[in-house]
Amino acid sequence: MTHSNQKPSNLTILFLCWLVAGVSAMGSLFFSYVMGFAPCVLCWYQRIFLFPLVIILAVGLFPFDKNVVKYALPLAIAGWLTALYHNLLYAGIIPESIQPCSQGVSCTEEYIELFGFLSIPMLSLLSFSTITALLIILSRRISK
Amino acid sequence: MKTHIIFGLTVLVLIAAFMFGSSYYKGKQAEKFGFMAQENASTFVRDHSQILGSDDAKVYLVEFMDPACETCAAFSPFVKQIMDANPGRIKLVIRYAPFHEGADYFVKILEATKKQGKYWETLDTMYKTQRLWTRHHKAIPEKIWPILTQAGVNVEQIRRDMNDPAIAKLIDQDLADAKTLNVRKTPGYFVNGRPLQTFGSKQLLQLVQSEIRAHYPNPN
Repeated sequence: MTHSNQKPSNLTILFLCWLVAGVSAMGSLFFSYVMGFAPCVLCWYQRIFLFPLVIILAVGLFPFDKNVVKYALPLAIAGWLTALYHNLLYAGIIPESIQPCSQGVSCTEEYIELFGFLSIPMLSLLSFSTITALLIILSRRISK
Repeated sequence: MKTHIIFGLTVLVLIAAFMFGSSYYKGKQAEKFGFMAQENASTFVRDHSQILGSDDAKVYLVEFMDPACETCAAFSPFVKQIMDANPGRIKLVIRYAPFHEGADYFVKILEATKKQGKYWETLDTMYKTQRLWTRHHKAIPEKIWPILTQAGVNVEQIRRDMNDPAIAKLIDQDLADAKTLNVRKTPGYFVNGRPLQTFGSKQLLQLVQSEIRAHYPNPN
């Protein structure tokens, strides 16, 4: 591994990864506790994968531990898959009849549309995509 | 060491952003509803809404409630207490937000008792006997009938009256207004169009008192 001043260090990548997870976790809490949106079942599953990431990634920062990818990536991918499924459901590509959340809040309930396209499931997909991508970049750099 | 500082600062910034965001958002919401109170008073009080209290009262206490909601039942005596302490100054407006499973059935019963002039008595009875006809946050219709018979309500007449499509329409209207006003939990209180910033009996009392002071500047 060659160290260059131009490229961000592994530590920076891991820090950014934690930051994305942290901001997302805060955002999800803001939606439910401040704005009063009730989370649907799929949102809960995504949170189950997201919240531990905030802790695990932070632990991996002090001191930098390359094994963190091994523990964090499965959570990120599981969250990403759930978010993907949620978005397909939300967009109507998967019919609602086969969705698992018939009770409580509907998973296709529309709460916000930032800039006309950024729904809450989309925000979740974006953040899991970013976390997964950063972790994959990190693992490649480490294995070099 | 440097990482520790950056990490710590970031955590602080995130928490500060969260706190600032919530107070900003709540301020905006209060502004929005204060404005709506003047522009769209009917969102808060519909013609069909049951109102308790003097016609001349200047303080509207609008309550979005669910007969099966435990907190609504718990708050009922407290609301009465506030009203008794300020005779002639508060109007209680009942709006429906039957979020519990099966609760709309009980709203229909309640609405049907209007014809017998037993609305407020029935509401009181429902709240007081709530634990007898709810199970795990579900309202169970069969259990209320004997209770109502005992309370002196003509149950046969209610069974006929409660299926009036006008009642179903009125519930839909209330639910639509609840959505407009962002009521997602019951009880949802608005005092002259102002929502509670945080939920609690103390906060409700303070909000009512501030509106009373604003509309009745001279003590007694």
